[in-house]
Amino acid sequence: MIIRGDEPEQIGLLKKLYPKGNYFMQGDEAIAYGALFAGCRFYAGYPITPASEIAETMARELPKLKGYYIQMEDEIGSIAAVVGASWTGLKSMTATSGPGFSLMQENLGYAVFTETPLVLVDVQRSGPSTGQATKGAQGDFFQARWGTHGDHPIIAVSPTSVEDSFWETIRAFNLSEKFRIPVILLADGIIGHTREQIRIPDPEEVEIVYRKLPANEEEAKYPFGDVHGDLIPPMPLFGNGYFTHVTGSTHKENGLRDVYTPEVHDRLVRRLHKKIEVHEKEIQKWEEYYTDDAEILLVSWGVSARPSLGAVIEARKKGIKAGLIVPKTVHPFPGKRIKELSKKAHTILVPEMNLGQMILEVQRFVREEVPVIGVNKIGGVPLTVEEILKEIESSAERSRHRSAD
Amino acid sequence: MAKQIYTKYEMAKYLRKEALPTALCPGCGGGTVLNAFANAIDQLKIDPRDLVVVSGIGCSAWIASPYFLADTLHTTHGRAIAFATGVKVGLPDKKVVVISGDGDLAGIGGNHLIHAARRNIDITVILVNNFIYGMTGGQVAPTTPFGAITTTTPYRNIEHPLKIAETVASAGASYVARWTTFHVYQLIESIKKALTVKGFSLVEVVSQCPVQFGRRNRMKTPAEMLRWFSKNSIPISKAKNMSPEELEGKIIIGEFVSREKPEFTEELNKLIDEVAQYYRLGGEDAD
Repeated sequence: MIIRGDEPEQIGLLKKLYPKGNYFMQGDEAIAYGALFAGCRFYAGYPITPASEIAETMARELPKLKGYYIQMEDEIGSIAAVVGASWTGLKSMTATSGPGFSLMQENLGYAVFTETPLVLVDVQRSGPSTGQATKGAQGDFFQARWGTHGDHPIIAVSPTSVEDSFWETIRAFNLSEKFRIPVILLADGIIGHTREQIRIPDPEEVEIVYRKLPANEEEAKYPFGDVHGDLIPPMPLFGNGYFTHVTGSTHKENGLRDVYTPEVHDRLVRRLHKKIEVHEKEIQKWEEYYTDDAEILLVSWGVSARPSLGAVIEARKKGIKAGLIVPKTVHPFPGKRIKELSKKAHTILVPEMNLGQMILEVQRFVREEVPVIGVNKIGGVPLTVEEILKEIESSAERSRHRSAD
Repeated sequence: MAKQIYTKYEMAKYLRKEALPTALCPGCGGGTVLNAFANAIDQLKIDPRDLVVVSGIGCSAWIASPYFLADTLHTTHGRAIAFATGVKVGLPDKKVVVISGDGDLAGIGGNHLIHAARRNIDITVILVNNFIYGMTGGQVAPTTPFGAITTTTPYRNIEHPLKIAETVASAGASYVARWTTFHVYQLIESIKKALTVKGFSLVEVVSQCPVQFGRRNRMKTPAEMLRWFSKNSIPISKAKNMSPEELEGKIIIGEFVSREKPEFTEELNKLIDEVAQYYRLGGEDAD
């Protein structure tokens, strides 16, 4: 049995089509190339600014790799088709932006509950509603976490640059395949439309993960059973004669619906949560800059992490002990590490392009005495180094006054 | 007990025994549809291993999922055809069948129905039209006859019903037919044809729901509803010579469309082969 994208000829083809070296491209394009290198061979989507270039790149490149591109009639159909394709063994992806992401939420929940691997790219744009359609934002932090209904775990990753978009997309696919869970790539319109130099590697340099398949007929009988004790059931793909039943209703380990027994629902939903909690270390990823002795700790993500780093460097030049942590996996949130770092800090700043979303997660992990201050900007224009530096300086100033009192 | 009864029937070999008995009400047309579908599969000698059945939400969505013993995907409300589209692209050599109701496929899912027909993707849709939202309690549906009583049109329905078969035929499907649960043998033949035709095929089955529709509209028993189907059905050949006034309230039955045209997954794979071939041969240098 082959999960498509795995054929040996694919490596040769990737090498030939995209020889390693430096390229100049948009974040959206980098996401598409990341998906191709990760083995994505099915894309269904609906055009929306600022994510459309992902669809355009996939439509052009997928057929070269014997992959399928299909433009669906809407976003709801797009993620539905992606779920369907994933059950046939194709690594599958869709990409959208704010309002389209809202439309996908119901079937995202379906994918969570049926443990269907897929990658959903949300190139965040300004909102609510149609908002500023062409402008970037970071307003979907909680839509990614809680957009679909019910108790559910999710994994969301967020890139900070064009090159990072390439690698984070690959990581999103790997996490999704490994843990049988939809993974959200929270990009944003600014990175999506920025052109930068990126290095395309040799396909051999890229670590690729494939979903676990049942080893035998017996394992295939339990598409939602913890047959290996690692909480991740092997996935019996359609078309293999397993007679698999998949439903978005509460189901038993054998896939059959049981919505009446409280224990069945409890057991299933708790396993889904535990599957992510137990493997948190493998899922978590963050970057740290100057955090060893940081008294002013910046926590920033996505596009805002870049001016944040600039501001930290400028602050250091002025003798201010500032440091930065950038969660790359934003859900589940690396709160434990932030808690550790916050012990040394007198102030925490959270720069983001919204009126304060990730800051709420930060606050949950920080002791009350430490002020957690948002550096927020909306309107579609990214934060600048100067704006963030100003906040660092006034925080340093306030702390000097406090210690002088 | 129930399992023993069901295994007496030959077609029971196609059913997921552990899921029986079915959740359908006594007298529901769903059983007839399941029986007709199983007979069509049997007569065509299709290995259920070569079959993926997708359904949405509601009574009719339960007909084949979970009861039919094949790979079955029970999806969200209205989206079965969109899910099936992904399945068919991934498994172009398998038979992909959608069985669901009128509310699911033509109400909330109407957009996917029209576009799958336009795309002409090789999916067989068996749409069970019982004029009502049955499972949620008998609310008005896009197919409820003008003037009918439902729980959300307690005085009478003032909306006009959607003509599903006609709509899908004009949207571009390869094969479209409509029968009622009274016309069982024609129905089996049509399902067989739909499964064999390359391209998008729709079999609309007008089916009785005595519990939610019949009893509120002076047809309390299943037999009364079947008699109504029998009396009011007009073959499409005859309907062609009748005026719209004469056809008011009638059920037009028969084959609406049967035509050959390029099918989506075949065209998609053809395109991929062409493009892949070009790039394998070093065609990119020619840019």
